[in-house]
Amino acid sequence: MELLKCVNINKSFGNKKILEDINLTVPRGKIIGLLGQNGTGKSTLIKIINDLLTATGGEVLVNGEKIGVESKKIISYLPERTYLDKSMTVDKVIEFFTDFYDNFDADKARRLLADLKLDTSLKLSKMSKGMQEKVQLVLVMSRKAELYILDEPLGGVDPATRDYILDTILSNFNEGASVIISTHLISDIERILDEVIFIDKGRIILHSDCDELRTKENASIDEIFRRMFRC
Amino acid sequence: MSFSFDNNIPIYIQLAEKLKIEIISGKLTTGERLLSVRDLALNYKVNPNTMQRALTELEEIGLIFTERTNGKFVTEDKGLVLKYKKQYADSLVNNFFKSMSDIGFSKQDAINFLKEEE
Repeated sequence: MELLKCVNINKSFGNKKILEDINLTVPRGKIIGLLGQNGTGKSTLIKIINDLLTATGGEVLVNGEKIGVESKKIISYLPERTYLDKSMTVDKVIEFFTDFYDNFDADKARRLLADLKLDTSLKLSKMSKGMQEKVQLVLVMSRKAELYILDEPLGGVDPATRDYILDTILSNFNEGASVIISTHLISDIERILDEVIFIDKGRIILHSDCDELRTKENASIDEIFRRMFRC
Repeated sequence: MSFSFDNNIPIYIQLAEKLKIEIISGKLTTGERLLSVRDLALNYKVNPNTMQRALTELEEIGLIFTERTNGKFVTEDKGLVLKYKKQYADSLVNNFFKSMSDIGFSKQDAINFLKEEE
């Protein structure tokens, strides 16, 4: 059974159509890039999959079941903007995650944070933006999830931090789990992707294996994207 | 280990090439057991599926083989490794002659030039 299946997802806000007939199947063990320009519906789709927004039409199935409590247990989600209270210390946040998620591996999180030489008694608000992003990624990747959904994990961080983030994703996703990463920073991320989904004006316009696409177009995913969306 | 990849060329092809060089250069010796796909992927900082694909390529040309329960190994056939080594050297030499010819050296001139440089 597919890990994730979106069937005819539609979403409108008032008269404005945000997503139109999204059909999507995500198998196990893949890293998938959800690529699109700003404001094309990537985050909306991600929020629908996470049951944070309700689709106007269509349905989302995770392991064949409608989304809800069960799907939230097995999806580890990194939102675009943090929901954590920044006056909390990292120690407190780890406690919070331990209480909240029974598949959260606190030892693993502490180990990864120790690699970063991070003082866990520090409040989030006292850290740089890059460090806050790393902490949140570590927390999300320390859950033994079946599907990781990362919304713009590379936004606003320096290239060295981007490398750290990509490596952390690669070395920490569970075997058999899948990862969906939304971004518009394609050249940074394309080396780790199996598949790409191009989304434009609320529609999926391309869904392909990365290396097949490179062979067919004789270009990088970044270049193909630029050609397709030339302004 | 960190490598830069050319994003224009399928990553698995570039990976297969890198591993091939490891084998023909002798860094990976004949009969040597390879790391697991996952660990190799981590070393090269690529997706495990991409690494698997690169290994399949090398398996198809006989440079590595799988023992069902033990993992993957470099071929024990030294002749085969030598064959691929020569093939690779040939392509390097051809590229060299091609580049030299682009700047007006005949093949013989290029050889003479090499001898002088030695």
